[in-house]
Amino acid sequence: MTDTSSHVHAHAHDDHGDAASHGTMKGYMTGFVLAVILTAIPFWLVMARPFGPQTTALMVMGFAVVQIVVHMIYFLHMDTKSEGGWTMMALIFTILLVAIAISGSLWVMYHLNTNMMPMNPASMADM
Amino acid sequence: MSAQAPHASADATRLSFYQLDEHDHPEGGSTMLGFWIYLMSDCLIFACLFAIYGVLGANYAGGPAPKDLFELPLVAVNTSMLLLSSITYGFAMLAMERKQVGATQLWLAITGLFGAAFLGIELYEFANLIHEGATPQRSAFLSAFFTLVGTHGLHVTFGLIWLVTLMVQVGQRGLIQANKRRLMCLSLFWHFLDVIWIGVFTFVYLLGMLR
Repeated sequence: MTDTSSHVHAHAHDDHGDAASHGTMKGYMTGFVLAVILTAIPFWLVMARPFGPQTTALMVMGFAVVQIVVHMIYFLHMDTKSEGGWTMMALIFTILLVAIAISGSLWVMYHLNTNMMPMNPASMADM
Repeated sequence: MSAQAPHASADATRLSFYQLDEHDHPEGGSTMLGFWIYLMSDCLIFACLFAIYGVLGANYAGGPAPKDLFELPLVAVNTSMLLLSSITYGFAMLAMERKQVGATQLWLAITGLFGAAFLGIELYEFANLIHEGATPQRSAFLSAFFTLVGTHGLHVTFGLIWLVTLMVQVGQRGLIQANKRRLMCLSLFWHFLDVIWIGVFTFVYLLGMLR
């Protein structure tokens, strides 16, 4: 009795069977070369120390963000179209939660630290 | 049946609004999205561990600091092991696309070796730290360090077990649709662990050395 409707829906959901993108040789090699460069530079920055600590820290974090994006695109094949955009939606929601969890924890706890009794490492060791 | 017969036309009308029976979904059609959602929830676990490390990472309790403990050349070797395992897993996926069972198995095996090398180096590092007295019980910094890096290592361990399992399954059944789907899930998992490692070597090791 539902032959017609189920047929219509089966047709509408044809794209369920499509395999996700597996990438190409060129894509993987591009990602790999970029990842090597983006890993080598921060290690060199910290080991050779051409800049001050503050600048080095900011640069290292910047390289990490760029490398994460490179991995997302070339290795995890993230795009806005796969699974009807739901993988991207889940990713954006997760990034939001991660940002709230990490920045919120740091913010709250550093404010707590400033309100604690000052204590130097030596007196901590005696405890 | 006779009681339902008069309502047959009403049923037909209702059916256009309600879908009483499951329409045809190919097997595993939603697996990739489901696995992605799992990875995102795993991401939140790591976010919590990173937050803990961020909060407690400077509480040495008079014990050793990152500068006294970490050896960056070793971390660099470890990082390259994981990165190499990522690209060889990519080659396995490309071989799978070309339906080459032998090449897929070979690249999976190489991926497994790089993964095992990563784990071996990490365990060597942990053993050294514990030998020097830098145990998880020493300070809040070391508790947070071992929890964060250890959880990542545990993920890699389970990834390796999964990898060997899939090699056996591919060996038994070949590159059937179900095995391809499983390999794609492990691909996401493996590359995801490499992404987490970027956070670990940046925030724990590199920024630790700057403190």
